Amino acid sequence: MSQLSMDSVARATPPRLSRRIRGLSDRTIAWLFIAPTIFLLLAVNIFPLIWTIRLSFTNFAANRPNAEVQWVGLRNYQRILTDPDTWATMQATAHFLIWTILLQVLIGFTLAWLINRKFRGNDLWTTIIVLPMMLSPAVVGNFWTLLYQPQIGLFNSIVAFLTGADPTSFSMIGDVDLAPWAIIIVDTWMWTPFVMLICLAGLRSIPESIYEAAECDRASKWRQFWTITVPMVLPFLMLAVLFRGIENFKMFDLVVQLTGGGPGNTTTLTSIELKREAFEKWRTGYSSAYAVILFVTVFGLASIYVKALNRVKDR
Amino acid sequence: MKGFVHGLFRLRRGPWEMVASVLIAAGVVMLMQPFAMWAYTWSFLVTLTGTVMFIIVSHFPE
Repeated sequence: MSQLSMDSVARATPPRLSRRIRGLSDRTIAWLFIAPTIFLLLAVNIFPLIWTIRLSFTNFAANRPNAEVQWVGLRNYQRILTDPDTWATMQATAHFLIWTILLQVLIGFTLAWLINRKFRGNDLWTTIIVLPMMLSPAVVGNFWTLLYQPQIGLFNSIVAFLTGADPTSFSMIGDVDLAPWAIIIVDTWMWTPFVMLICLAGLRSIPESIYEAAECDRASKWRQFWTITVPMVLPFLMLAVLFRGIENFKMFDLVVQLTGGGPGNTTTLTSIELKREAFEKWRTGYSSAYAVILFVTVFGLASIYVKALNRVKDR
Repeated sequence: MKGFVHGLFRLRRGPWEMVASVLIAAGVVMLMQPFAMWAYTWSFLVTLTGTVMFIIVSHFPE
């Protein structure tokens, strides 16, 4: 903005307001600017967090607001941490998290590496690959439910074509062993483009001169990949893993649309279990304790992860 | 190793953050492993200890 227009903006401040502001220190003005954000954060994040921690020590039920609330101490935590069903839910979540992140990182990085090479139709392919990410999870869930149908589903037909098996002999979302993989495939299909985009940003930020210097030193392509490409993309990749890890830890809509947590409890992730406890069984105190356990887990993991990320960036 | 122990006694950030990180990682593994129920039961306490420790020790001097 030119000096002239800045002066005209300054002159546009009402005289009374400008007299008041002139008496305030820079620090006070800074506080005035950030106060609304701090207030909103306190109201929307911090207060509910403290309230949830408080509720986790009670037997409060949100559908019985007038019932007497009793202080139960650590009983809710004790029940959760000795319940085999909740333990199985944690394992299902771990299985989902580990495999989705692994597949998305591998495929996403490979796609980014291929897209980064200049070829005809590069932009068109990027747009096509990114499309799944733009769809609503509810739509994707319904769409893949249809693809997984044993009678008419395209997925079963393709597997049958490739392996020679009968397409109606297996049901991806109805089989106890296959259902966890069904949700992993859909999440990977949907979110690999996100990892690819972040990796692509990392690859494009590497100056060409570094590769030219490596060529002068007669470094092989393999060596260039491991000593230039991978270390320079690593902070971006770690950021993508952090985003996907947090997102998948609270994965809900896609899995509910696809399997509804079934068959049995094989695809019941923690967020689905939490929703059932809180809004179907109305055990608000119990579900608050569950939420606190999940919060501490994600917070702890994110803390060490961000520390590792900063260390990689500082290298 | 000697430097690590020395850092712990002198309340330095690096070694203490390492201890907190190991506790958090162990807690998360205990929470999600499919082998021992006792490990699952104690996982939250380990993660909570590590997380609180991490918050405190991140204010220690370098």
